[in-house]
Amino acid sequence: MFSALAGMLGGIGHRIIDRLWRFGSGLRFFAYILIYSGESFRRLHLTIREIYFTGVLSLIIILVSAFFVGMVLALQGYNTLQRYGSSEAIGVLVALSLVRELGPVVTALLFAGRAGTAITAEIGLMKATEQLSAMEMMAVSPIARVVAPRFWAGVLSMPLLAALFSMVGVLGGYMVAVPLIGVDSGAFWSQMQASVDFREDILNGVIKSVVFGVACTLIALFEGFDAPPTAEGVSRATTRTVVNSSLAVLGLDFVMTSFMIVA
Amino acid sequence: MERTTIDLWVGVFAAAGAAALFGLALKVGNFNSATLGETYSVTGAFENIGSLKPRAPVKSAGVVVGRVDNIKFDTNTYEALVTVKVDKRYPFPKDTFANIYTAGLLGEQYIGLEAGGDDKMLQDGDKFSKTQDAVVLEKMISQFLYSKASETNDTKEAE
Repeated sequence: MFSALAGMLGGIGHRIIDRLWRFGSGLRFFAYILIYSGESFRRLHLTIREIYFTGVLSLIIILVSAFFVGMVLALQGYNTLQRYGSSEAIGVLVALSLVRELGPVVTALLFAGRAGTAITAEIGLMKATEQLSAMEMMAVSPIARVVAPRFWAGVLSMPLLAALFSMVGVLGGYMVAVPLIGVDSGAFWSQMQASVDFREDILNGVIKSVVFGVACTLIALFEGFDAPPTAEGVSRATTRTVVNSSLAVLGLDFVMTSFMIVA
Repeated sequence: MERTTIDLWVGVFAAAGAAALFGLALKVGNFNSATLGETYSVTGAFENIGSLKPRAPVKSAGVVVGRVDNIKFDTNTYEALVTVKVDKRYPFPKDTFANIYTAGLLGEQYIGLEAGGDDKMLQDGDKFSKTQDAVVLEKMISQFLYSKASETNDTKEAE
C-alpha cells in the first residue's frame, strides 16, 4: 500500500521533472536558433522557400475559415443586437472580435494544425533518416540550415496571415450584414471606424500574432528536433505539437489580453 | 540569382498581408481620423464629466471637429479639466459653449460645441468660458421623484 503510493508520487515527480527538462532544453534550442539566425540569413532563399511552404500554402485554409468565421459572427451578433435595437453595431462587434481575439488566435490554431505538424513531421523524419547527422558530418549546422529558416518563416508568416484573416473576416461579416440582413452599409463602416482604434486594437492584434508565431513555430521545431527517431516517435511528436501549440496559444492569449486591457 | 515561381508566390503573399494590414488600419480602424492634421487645444473645466473618455469625439452640429486629448483632476477647484484638440480648419469663437452629451440613451459620451457670437476666435491653450456637465441619470431620476412627491403633497394640502 505504502510502496504503491510512493511509486505514484515518484511517477508524478518524474513527469514534472521531465517536463521541466524539456522546457529548459526548448529554451536552449531557442537560443541556438537566434545564434545561428545570422548564418541562415545569408542564404535567404532557404527562408523564402519556407515562407512558401508555411505561409502561402496555409492561405487557402486561413482565408476560407476567416470568411466563414466573419459570416457566423455577423449572424450570431445580429441575433442578439437586434433585440436591443442596435443592429448597426454589428460592424463594431465583428471587427473588434476579429481584430483583437479571433484573428490572431484562430490563425495560430489553424497554423499549428496546418504548418506546425508539417514542420514537426518533416524534421522528425529528417532525424529518423539521419539526414541531420549527415549534415553535421559535413560540418553544416542543421540548426542554421534546416531549423532557423523555418523558424523565421513561421514568425514572419503569422502576422501576415492574421491580418489577412481579420480583413477577410470583416468582409465576410459585411457580406452577411449588408446584403443579406439589410444593415445600412454606411452605418456598418462608420460605427466600426469610430470604435476600432489603430494602436489599442489593431497593433495589439499584430503583437499577439507575432508572439503566437514565435510560440507555434518554436514548439513545432523543437518537437520535431527532439522526436525519437522512430515512426512512433515522429507520430507522437506531431500530436504533441498540436496539443502544446494550442495550449500555449490560448494561455499566452489570456496573459497578453489581461496586460493589454489593463494597460 | 535565378528567379523562381516560389519567389513570386511569396511576394504575392507578403504584398497581400501588407495590404490587409493597411486595409485594417484605414477601412476598419480610425487611423486617418486619429491623425487629424493641424490641431489646437482648448481646455474646459467641468464639475462632472460622467463617463467621458480620452479620444472621445468632439462634435459641432453633429460633425466631428476634434477629439478629447486628456482628462485631469484639478485639486484646487475639485473640477475635471478636459483638454480637447480641435482641427485647425474649424476655428470657434471665444464664447463657445462646451457641453457633454450622450449619444443615444446609453451610448458613449462626447463633447458638443455650440458656437457663440464673439468676434475673437479661440487660440491654442485657451479655456472654454461656458461649460455644461454630463447628465447623470440617477440625479435626474431623484429630481423627478422629488418633484413628484412634492406635487402630491401640494394636492393633499389643497384638499
